[in-house]
Amino acid sequence: MDYRLKLSGLEPVTVTPASNFINIGERTNVTGSAKFLKLIKEDKFDEALDVALDQVRGGAQVIDVNMDEGMLDSQAAMVRFLNLMASEPEIARVPVMIDSSKWEVIEAGLKCLQGKGIVNSISLKVGEEEFIRQAKLVRRYGAAVVVMAFDEHGQADTFERRTTICKRAYEILVNEIKFPPQDIIFDPNIFPVATGIEEHRNYALDFFQATKWIRENLPHAHVSGGVSNVSFSFRGNQKVREAMHAAFLYHGIQHGMDMGIVNPTMLEVYDEVDKELLERVEDVLLNRRDDATERLLEFAETVKGSAKKKETDDSWRSGDVEERITHALVKGIVDFIDEDTEEARQKYDKPLDVIEGPLMTGMNVVGDLFGSGKMFLPQVVKSARVMKKAVAYLEPFLQEEKIRSGQVGKPAAKILLATVKGDVHDIGKNIVGVVLACNNYEVVDLGVMVPADKILDAAKKENVDIIGLSGLITPSLDEMVYVAKEMQREKFELPLLIGGATTSRIHTAVKIDPVYEGPVVYVLDASRSVPVASELISDLARESFKRKTKEEYIKLRKDHESKKELKSYISLQDARKNKTAIDWNAFVPVKPSFYGKKVLLSYPLEELRNYIDWTPFFQTWMLAGRYPGILNDSVVGAEAKKLFDDAQTMLDSIIKEKSLQANGVIAFYRASRTHAEDVKLYNNDTDEIPFATLHFLRQQNKKAQGLPNFSLADFIAPADSGKADYIGMFAVTAGIGLEKLIEKYKAAHDDYSEIMAKALADRLAEAFAECLHERVRKEFWGYAGSEHLSSDELISEKYQGIRPAPGYPACPDHTEKRTIFEILEAEKEAGIKLTESCAMYPAAAVSGYYFSNPSSKYFGLGKIEKDQVEDYAERKSMSVEVVEKWLAPNLSYDV
Amino acid sequence: MKIEDILKERILVLDGAMGTMIQRYALEEADFRGDRFSNHAHPLKGNNDLLSITRPDIIREIHNKYLAAGADIIETNTFSSTSIAQADYHLESLAYELNFQSAKIAKEVAVELTNTNSDKPRFVAGALGPTNKTASISPQVNDPGYRAITFDQLVDAYYEQTKGLVEGGSDLLLVETIFDTLNAKAALFAIQKYFDDSGKAIPIMVSGTITDASGRTLSGQTTEAFLISVSHVPLLSVGLNCALGANQLRPYLQVMARESETFVSAYPNAGLPNEFGHYDQTPEEMAAQVEEYLKEGLVNIVGGCCGTTPDHIKKIAEVAKKYKPRVIDLLVVG
Repeated sequence: MDYRLKLSGLEPVTVTPASNFINIGERTNVTGSAKFLKLIKEDKFDEALDVALDQVRGGAQVIDVNMDEGMLDSQAAMVRFLNLMASEPEIARVPVMIDSSKWEVIEAGLKCLQGKGIVNSISLKVGEEEFIRQAKLVRRYGAAVVVMAFDEHGQADTFERRTTICKRAYEILVNEIKFPPQDIIFDPNIFPVATGIEEHRNYALDFFQATKWIRENLPHAHVSGGVSNVSFSFRGNQKVREAMHAAFLYHGIQHGMDMGIVNPTMLEVYDEVDKELLERVEDVLLNRRDDATERLLEFAETVKGSAKKKETDDSWRSGDVEERITHALVKGIVDFIDEDTEEARQKYDKPLDVIEGPLMTGMNVVGDLFGSGKMFLPQVVKSARVMKKAVAYLEPFLQEEKIRSGQVGKPAAKILLATVKGDVHDIGKNIVGVVLACNNYEVVDLGVMVPADKILDAAKKENVDIIGLSGLITPSLDEMVYVAKEMQREKFELPLLIGGATTSRIHTAVKIDPVYEGPVVYVLDASRSVPVASELISDLARESFKRKTKEEYIKLRKDHESKKELKSYISLQDARKNKTAIDWNAFVPVKPSFYGKKVLLSYPLEELRNYIDWTPFFQTWMLAGRYPGILNDSVVGAEAKKLFDDAQTMLDSIIKEKSLQANGVIAFYRASRTHAEDVKLYNNDTDEIPFATLHFLRQQNKKAQGLPNFSLADFIAPADSGKADYIGMFAVTAGIGLEKLIEKYKAAHDDYSEIMAKALADRLAEAFAECLHERVRKEFWGYAGSEHLSSDELISEKYQGIRPAPGYPACPDHTEKRTIFEILEAEKEAGIKLTESCAMYPAAAVSGYYFSNPSSKYFGLGKIEKDQVEDYAERKSMSVEVVEKWLAPNLSYDV
Repeated sequence: MKIEDILKERILVLDGAMGTMIQRYALEEADFRGDRFSNHAHPLKGNNDLLSITRPDIIREIHNKYLAAGADIIETNTFSSTSIAQADYHLESLAYELNFQSAKIAKEVAVELTNTNSDKPRFVAGALGPTNKTASISPQVNDPGYRAITFDQLVDAYYEQTKGLVEGGSDLLLVETIFDTLNAKAALFAIQKYFDDSGKAIPIMVSGTITDASGRTLSGQTTEAFLISVSHVPLLSVGLNCALGANQLRPYLQVMARESETFVSAYPNAGLPNEFGHYDQTPEEMAAQVEEYLKEGLVNIVGGCCGTTPDHIKKIAEVAKKYKPRVIDLLVVG
């Protein structure tokens, strides 16, 4: 039997011991939120829906809906709101908790839920018969149930009453009507504390103890409660309330409370509650002193209305040196690390002992916290900065010691990391390096654009234990295969790790694993690198891990073989017949305001800043969530906020000191489609001989009726349409000066700032592309002169025209960048180079085309067949083999 | 022998499409009307379920063909036999009779075959379709809170259908082609209510529909969310049918097979429709794809949906013989 509580909205939610604590969003409750009540009363259901959306975005895993208000038709409001929630996929994703004290309202609500929700609540209040009737119906409608600790005599307010009632209810449900025990959630009543009333003193403690008792004695049942009740006495004092909620949850969870109705966007982190406040709150909750309430009230007066003020707390400086080092590592504080390291060096026999002793101890704490999800990547990177600084401080002493004793300490496992030849992207690789370094690995980072022979030489010379390869663009896949072949040829046996945005498990299994007999492992992200590496360096585990991985990849290859027949494709000829249908007779072309190039140097960064889309920035740092909601996320919110603040500070200084420069080139030409997927360019209105040709590709998968097989070329008027048409192109960078900027961070062993600077340069380049596209639409080309869009609409691309980039889904061939760069003279004009793999350098760069046709849209090319590859090769005067290499991920067949 | 026990021993085969077969008879308005409805005020052509009353010979023949092809379970011709769906033809009042007659015909044919070979008992699954209205999706773009049908209306219609199907002699009930889980929950609610009221209970099968490569039902649920949403009812089997071909269905079936605590069924379409809306996957092609499920041990019941014919079912039955059924083997967790 599966005894996990399983719920569903559009997506499943399974409560496991690992899911820790389920947040149930409380704001869509007319009894708890005056704002929500007002919206419902005024019939503003659209805005009320936004409240639900905020809760989901803020991290609510279940949404509590309560419409119990005397002046409302609660049943009608419940039905209407649930039906509206069902129409918003982002909200409907999560299960619903139907919260009402009226059974009719609950039943009406249950009739609106396609998923498995939760009824909140039923109880023994009016006796067993009604309790059983309701419980049976809950089951028949397919919901889980909250059972309140309430019986014929009233609400339970002591440990005894809570446990007796819950036990009685449990036995009726499980034994008499076979209600699944995992679908029972007890609410043992959270009451306000610090009310000044003597009988209330033990309320919280009794709740905790009852919770523990339930979890130990009523198998598979869960415990939940409405958390904000506890702080009812402190209405209006948000700081104290948040502290009370944080502390209550902390102790509740310790005692086994695994769900709770909370405001997920307002959760304070337990560890971050002011220590003095926390002590007083806990005195109250745990009933630790007679004057607990008075002392909390007293403190509450002092913080009333006071804004959160950050004070530096230096009390940790009074601990011994080991404690201080651990604290500095965990908190990422570099300020005192040199003096603490020096103190440790004097205390220990040898400098190496400092590394293997207190520094490693501290890093192990960091590793454990990261592994258990209590620290996030940006914090770990800061810890690594402290570690590197300490080691750098010890370096001269280590050398001295080596010379003196002739001895070397036991080396840590060594991992070589490199971004392969032709590729310049290294943010992900650097993050892997930092995470590995935090877990006691010595990282040998060869940087970017590293050729195979250099990787192999360094691996031998440095005597590394593992080689890790990274890459972001398509040709890097082939380069990785080449490195693997070379390793095989030179009879290497070292494990080979594969990572980076372009790589995949399936590619690793199909292309890389077969060419190298040693272990080959695809690593999804930085957090996976540590467990994989630890298996691979362990003499005990290595062989079985290698065998398992090889077997898994063999299976993947087989599946891949059998899947190939799955998709159906049509011939290129048929695909062309099904091109995008555009009525060219009705087409009114708009001529750009100029022909040829326009160069924009040192574009104002303060302007670009407003165009930054921050969501991908958080993704770079492995923090999941959309901006700006992520700043209030209950799990990563605090770290996301810090990271964001640090980013703003660095951005301020970059702008002030002009340490990055944004350069770009754009150009417009007359364009004509002369072949199904080719577009010819002309310098002016009259030329009859084109000066360049752009080559595009066409989708070949079998489409449902009415859907075309797209090619970007379809969006340009054909030569025989009698209409003139135009196309634009651009290349921009925001990475000029980045090398110099990160030099100083490198020197200071400051990975955090280095990664931050690179991530910001990337964002600025994207922002530059977005900003220029807007100016192109309105001004330089001017086909959308009347466009007025908000920044949200900009991000959701609600404008006419597109700016697809070679190497991306609509036109995956990177080599077309060569044509764009040649025409724009991007290297000469803006300082952007192309590597032999067509990666742009600086890496913070974007290039692409501008299409203005109202029908133009983004699409993914998908897989193409050999007939198109041959046709394309001929059009581009390239060999079929070379085209197949560049388009490897898009081939429907194996080469 | 009870079907639960047979399912532990072998993979059972469900029949194929009814509509595809009816098309072959190229019936006209007059065939659908028969004598009884010759004066009905509205057109009846296309009301396939009505043929159980007006042309029972055809329905009987199709059932026989599927049984001859090797089907263990045949579905009643009742996909649209709810008062809700029949309202399109102004035949709401006929709902009980349609279900009763369809079940009766299927039962007679099945019993005949079982009597000729008692080692291979044949079962009748009373089919409850999704109706043509959705309880959790608004048909009006500008009013997302609007609903064209309520849970209670669905419960009433499904109750009537269940009564007809059970009283007509169904061995099982099959709530199928579920694209809105709330409709299915109403059907399951009605079935349980009928069981309570009548004191009869027969095994229930449930089959959802993943509409496209998004991996979700029309009403937006993932496979796993769908499974969780119907798991409160004791089911004989849960599975997927329609919309996709066997290959496209496989990833979602893997989820079913992994998560389900009951038997798993699958009856995909004969591939994806071509640009004319026809299914052109051959019996051999389809059987080869279905064989992948069997190799992986994903299913206990297989059959066909849109575009499948007795030839498809014959090939599927042949490969089904070669494999062991999926074993329900869940870890004890929680």
